[in-house]
Amino acid sequence: MERYFQESIETASLEEMKKIQDEKLVKQVQHVWNDVPYYRKKMEEKGVKPEDIKSRDDLYKLPFLSKADLRDAYPYGLLGSPLSECVRIHSTSGTTGKRVVAFYTQHDLDLWSDCTSRALVAAGATKESVVHVAYGYGLFTGGAGLNDGSHKLGCLTVPISSGNTDRQIMFINDLQATVLCCTPSYAAYLGERMKELGMGPDDISLKAGIFGAEAWSEEMRADIEKTMGIKAYDIYGLTELSGPGVSFECCEQSGMHVNEDHFIPEIIDPDTGEVLPDETEGELVFTALDKEAFPLLRYRTRDICKLSRKKCSCGRTLIKMAKPKGRTDDMLIIRGVNVFPSQIETVLMNNGYPANYQIIVDRVNNTDTFEVKVEMTPEMFTDNLGEVEARQKKLVDGLHAMLGIKAKVSLVAPKSITRSEGKAVRVIDNRKL
Amino acid sequence: MSIKQISVFLENKPGTLEEMTAALAAANIDLRATSLVEAEDFGIARLIVDDVYETTTVLKDAGFVNRLTDVLAIEIPDTPGGLNKVLKTLSAAQVNVEYMYAFLGGKEVNQAFMIMKVAHIERAESTLSLAGFRLVDQEHISEL
Repeated sequence: MERYFQESIETASLEEMKKIQDEKLVKQVQHVWNDVPYYRKKMEEKGVKPEDIKSRDDLYKLPFLSKADLRDAYPYGLLGSPLSECVRIHSTSGTTGKRVVAFYTQHDLDLWSDCTSRALVAAGATKESVVHVAYGYGLFTGGAGLNDGSHKLGCLTVPISSGNTDRQIMFINDLQATVLCCTPSYAAYLGERMKELGMGPDDISLKAGIFGAEAWSEEMRADIEKTMGIKAYDIYGLTELSGPGVSFECCEQSGMHVNEDHFIPEIIDPDTGEVLPDETEGELVFTALDKEAFPLLRYRTRDICKLSRKKCSCGRTLIKMAKPKGRTDDMLIIRGVNVFPSQIETVLMNNGYPANYQIIVDRVNNTDTFEVKVEMTPEMFTDNLGEVEARQKKLVDGLHAMLGIKAKVSLVAPKSITRSEGKAVRVIDNRKL
Repeated sequence: MSIKQISVFLENKPGTLEEMTAALAAANIDLRATSLVEAEDFGIARLIVDDVYETTTVLKDAGFVNRLTDVLAIEIPDTPGGLNKVLKTLSAAQVNVEYMYAFLGGKEVNQAFMIMKVAHIERAESTLSLAGFRLVDQEHISEL
């Protein structure tokens, strides 16, 4: 089995990687200065000129870009190539404010598929693999990203997109698919449906899954792996930077290797903007090194995580980022306490409940109300009222211990919480803030 | 001689119970006895039906989580003090009653039944039978 897709880069020494990054960065800053007036103005305001950036070590001098900049510059303000050179766009779901539209030249698409090919190889895919891509196709980057990486690797690619679960299962069975690509919530849903149809891990041909575009917990990973008998790998990306494949997990499943020959990661203090050392938690910032059409420098992702240069058993030297704890904009502040939906998921799964939940926050008489809706399952139900209530109380206590604030736990009918087949709607915030 | 009771999880919101009975009605299920208990934000419906297998299938398909529990269906003399006689027998045998619900007037007039969930079901069965009470078994539920 191939271990790497581009070995010389994935296992480059620190010096080699720095050299690649230094050269690309100098060139990229010049490109942005020349072709993106919006960013040039930001540089001028900060008193930075392209010649001030001689290597990666000068990165901190450059101004940040934020989601607000993307909004201001919408749609063409950050474009770095003539439209005649652009061949495609992708766009975010627009759930948190205005849509982001990202542009790609053919060169950008080629680099992106290199990134997803690396992720597929790291998950054990070879050209013999049958790759079932159940991410949505269309404006969403998930489908196209994994599709193109799978093509490039030479896998048989099933571009099934999302939806129609029973048809998905039929295709997986009939074509004996070996790699599944979709969101983790959809993977869990597929697994549940397979179980309902009487399929055990041994009946399922899948060997690996690449699941991203949503935050998910280790407990959810264990659950999916057990139900389908696969190894479940995380993949990370943002439409703003290309899509999935900015970083990916290897066999060690302990953080994601950043494709740092294309994207330099930094961790900053979200309040001061100061760059923090490796192994320190903070906001993740990326600089795209060789994108032509949408060349973002120092883009603040709002994801909270840390970076690590610890040696990895897979042999890759690419820096690793921890699974983001959550996006700063997924984070809820309830009664003054920071709450990440992923923390709630962890408590639910530790208590034997499914990871399908909904958080409802409201404000009544100037106090935040915080409700977690959880689906009842046959395993958790008994005829004994006291026992059901005791389990419910255990969940309330578990959430209290994890979050430091009290939640009301409501038990609801199975499958009554909307399951989108793309991204799950986990939070309903009715507060008028 | 115990029978199967079906306990159904009900979310606490208007229309849930009706949704369940609608599913049962559509499948022509004959409810012989029911009881409803409620907690703060959910409830449990307890059903005695003639066709247990069919009912659980219908409920599952309609999205209701349910579970089977062994309970006793005891014919009670429909006279003052009738229930007391039954409970006397059980307390003498140190059987703990967890809950019960009545079911008056079966297909024959003057019949009354009590559905009982007890902690020691086998002991309860033998004690009641010995004392001459009639326990209804699964096959005869439709006669109720």
